[in-house]
Amino acid sequence: MFRNITIGQYYPAETVIHKLDPRIKIIITFTFIISLFFINSFYPYIFVLAFLLTAIKLSTVPISYILRGLKPIMIIIIITFLINLFMTKGEVVYSLGPLDITKEGLIHAGFMAVRLVFLIIGTSLLTLTTSPISLTDGIEKLLNPFKKIGIPAHELAMMMTIALRFIPTLLEETDKIMKAQMARGADFESGNIINRAKSLVPLLVPLFVSAFRRADELAMAMEARCYRGGENRTRMKQLKLQTRDFIVMVITGLLLGIIIYFRISEH
Amino acid sequence: MSNEMVTIKNVTFEYTSAEDDKIAALRDINLTIQKGEFVVILGHNGSGKSTLAKLINALLLPTKGEVFVNGLSTLDEDKIWNIRQRAGMVFQNPDNQIVATIVEEDVAFGPENQGINPLEIRNRVDEALKIVGMSEYRKHAPHLLSGGQKQRIAIAGVLAMKPDCIILDEPTAMLDPLGRKEVMSTIKKLNKHENKTIIHITHYMNEATEADRIIVMSDGKISLEGTPREVFSQVDKVLSLGLDVPQVTELAFTLKKEGVDVPSDILTIEELVMSL
Repeated sequence: MFRNITIGQYYPAETVIHKLDPRIKIIITFTFIISLFFINSFYPYIFVLAFLLTAIKLSTVPISYILRGLKPIMIIIIITFLINLFMTKGEVVYSLGPLDITKEGLIHAGFMAVRLVFLIIGTSLLTLTTSPISLTDGIEKLLNPFKKIGIPAHELAMMMTIALRFIPTLLEETDKIMKAQMARGADFESGNIINRAKSLVPLLVPLFVSAFRRADELAMAMEARCYRGGENRTRMKQLKLQTRDFIVMVITGLLLGIIIYFRISEH
Repeated sequence: MSNEMVTIKNVTFEYTSAEDDKIAALRDINLTIQKGEFVVILGHNGSGKSTLAKLINALLLPTKGEVFVNGLSTLDEDKIWNIRQRAGMVFQNPDNQIVATIVEEDVAFGPENQGINPLEIRNRVDEALKIVGMSEYRKHAPHLLSGGQKQRIAIAGVLAMKPDCIILDEPTAMLDPLGRKEVMSTIKKLNKHENKTIIHITHYMNEATEADRIIVMSDGKISLEGTPREVFSQVDKVLSLGLDVPQVTELAFTLKKEGVDVPSDILTIEELVMSL
């Protein structure tokens, strides 16, 4: 049952977007999120939409794949929309009992919904086109300058790598233990929620015991291979900025510029 | 420089049990392993063979006595990383010694820890993967490989650190027969073609027949030592230590008991066929 699990939601392909330096992609995503919050009229959204559509087109990730990522957040988007719709004061266009829908509310709600949708599409594009490993690498490199103020960049990255490495192993093990317990008559599927939670105990106890044993052995194996933290450690894969990284940075800079221009010129 | 790879001098290792008793895992061991030698350590569970391996890699330190790797004492804290680089270690469970999510990244882990420059690491990784015959899998995720393949990746990870000596602590215990074969032929190749000293811990007797020397451990002591022929010809003694001898040797032994004229140091099927 756990065989076909994919870690994260990486969509493997060999496109320009995939090949971008992970550091640049993280920075761009942050710039994109910030710029979304500068927008307070509909026109700049056209540029944002163009930017997103170009990125999606270049990444060859199917639109349906991206829209699927919106599903779990749909409820939040709807709630935000409804709250904005009913809570904004102004010219009443329609009344639903005690609740008034105003013209301003309609505009504001639509506006917020679009912002949220763009926000989610933008960030999921990052995780869709960057493998967890390069994402980890990118985060480590970006956090490196903050080591001086006590952020353990290397340790965080190492923890993420090991977690990613052991997710499939532990899932496989869970499957194995579950089958072993089922063979002895354990029932994981019926009963109410409390009974089901109780039935997880014989699954979780051996799983935890084994996870601790694995951690112990892994630590020993790492020490045997001369691991002693991030000090003096080198990496085989060096991240190097390419021309394409600079081009994409300039384009994102332009987008931010346009949005800020719109914002300023409105006043 | 002397020709001794590992020297173990009067080593005792004690650990404290849950009931606060001191238990000796090793008692006054003396052992010398020469450079380029292929040594197999046999012994049943709890005989101290894994402890011995960890002492050589400085993962454990002796309670009494001293362990030298290439002339360096494991008690010298400044030399620990040097020792671990020279005497690499492969463990039993292939899943619990692979760190990275991509094969080549994992092989690079050791040299990365040593602070070697990236280009050199690249060369070492490619070379190590080639030696263990896993080059085509370098971009794979380790959890999708078979046990034998994972164990070969672990060996490559040690090789990339350019050790003189490789200690393998029951690397075949969790593998299927095919995986065992893969790992054994890799180990032999390392000894013959790459000139690595091999210390192979196992409880499969047929893995021992091709060693230069066999050391049988029991109860924290070395109870038998010699070439495979010397050790396995003492069938009674080996069996009394709770170990088996290779099937062919046992057959020859039984035949001899029944009065058939065969030598007692038969190790392979061919030898037995020839002498019959």
